[in-house]
Amino acid sequence: MESIQAKQGLVGPNDPIQRTQLPYVTGTSVVALKYKDGILMAADMGGSYGSTIRYKSVERIKPIGKHSLLGASGEISDFQELLRNLDELILYDNMWDDGNSLGPKELHSYLTRVMYNRRNKFDPLWNSLVLGGVKNGQKYLGMVSMIGVNFEDSHVATGFGNHLARPILRDEWHENLSYEDGVKLLEKCMRVLLYRDRSAVNKLQIAKITEEGTTISQPYALKTFWGFTAFQNPTAGAEGSW
Amino acid sequence: MTKQHPAWSPYDNNGGTCVAIAGADYCVIAADTRMSTGYSILTRDYSKICKLADKCVMASSGFQADVKALQKLLAARHLIYQHQHNKQMSCPGMAQLLSNTLYYKRFFPYYSFNVLGGLDNEGKGCVYTYDAVGSYERVGYSSQGSGSTLIMPFLDNQLKSPSPLLLPAQDAVTPLSEAEAVDLVKTCFASATERDIYTGDKLEIVVLNKGGIHREYMELRKD
Repeated sequence: MESIQAKQGLVGPNDPIQRTQLPYVTGTSVVALKYKDGILMAADMGGSYGSTIRYKSVERIKPIGKHSLLGASGEISDFQELLRNLDELILYDNMWDDGNSLGPKELHSYLTRVMYNRRNKFDPLWNSLVLGGVKNGQKYLGMVSMIGVNFEDSHVATGFGNHLARPILRDEWHENLSYEDGVKLLEKCMRVLLYRDRSAVNKLQIAKITEEGTTISQPYALKTFWGFTAFQNPTAGAEGSW
Repeated sequence: MTKQHPAWSPYDNNGGTCVAIAGADYCVIAADTRMSTGYSILTRDYSKICKLADKCVMASSGFQADVKALQKLLAARHLIYQHQHNKQMSCPGMAQLLSNTLYYKRFFPYYSFNVLGGLDNEGKGCVYTYDAVGSYERVGYSSQGSGSTLIMPFLDNQLKSPSPLLLPAQDAVTPLSEAEAVDLVKTCFASATERDIYTGDKLEIVVLNKGGIHREYMELRKD
């Protein structure tokens, strides 16, 4: 008779998969761009539970160490797990007390390896991550997907942001954007996402990171406009429809 | 209970095309710089080319995370080789290592389609072409990736390599000059860009010869 302890760790080849394969509480797009002094990143504060918008105060952008910002979309609990891992990483980095600290490039590399290794074990962290930062005057902005695909660019976005925000950024982003222009551009992207992404909520934070440090804004709402004539009497042209 | 089917795939195709042509005393390796996923472009400026050793350059397309992991692994192995043997690894040696590395993951493959280019021990150009699980052969020229079906027949027509079955064995390297080969590569990519949605943005060309390594870029259509 097998001992219970021996059985617990064993998974037969025909047994059903025992770990979660689906995300439950998810965040939607994160959009970020490089500007003159550093990186600007924006994400709304929604946490959806399927098609319900269950949580409306989820902080999806967090500062990591002295030089970086991490924004995440996807499963919120996996993001929180990652933050725990990163806490430990930063702690050990600080304990060296050698005047050096992990920069955005190193963190991006670390996150890529973590995501890729989890994918190799068929137990992914269901997130798309945006990592931005400034160290020694060098601006850095990169992205990692849940299966480990990673790259860096002057502007990045996750999820719906890839489809709706990136084209706007490709058209209007340029080198040496001022802070005001950068925020305006990000808000333009977030507004389009708000109109068109059903899991977006009108409560967002914009985070800024420069050589001097990090600022994450207080949550605020974007102005929206719904007064289009086509919306006033939407069935005017087709009686009986809705 | 019926077997659960996973909601995600561990693989993705990030697209792109790679080409390599071997000459008498040079080797041209080229790849586009577009990285895609599904119908979206992730970035227009991502290099698929990796220098593994002084005389050995690899271009890989396919699933970018696997390509990155493969490049890191080979670079690490080369470093160990240098520490142990106090010299650079030869291109044929690296070719074998790449094959073995790919086959090692035969039952969970690196979704990476590679061409290895460089100079062999006699200074002649050499190109090795691979599939995802490490099957390889030395050839005079090759292309891999999403645009390879468009480029390979064109290269077959222009370079007409002699059959490897001939006896006595004939030289597979092209008699073209370096400049002509680079021009041919540019033509290949300009054509592939027209019809393959995953190829475009920019072309990165690396030339290896006895003078060292030389890199140039060419703009491609961005649509």
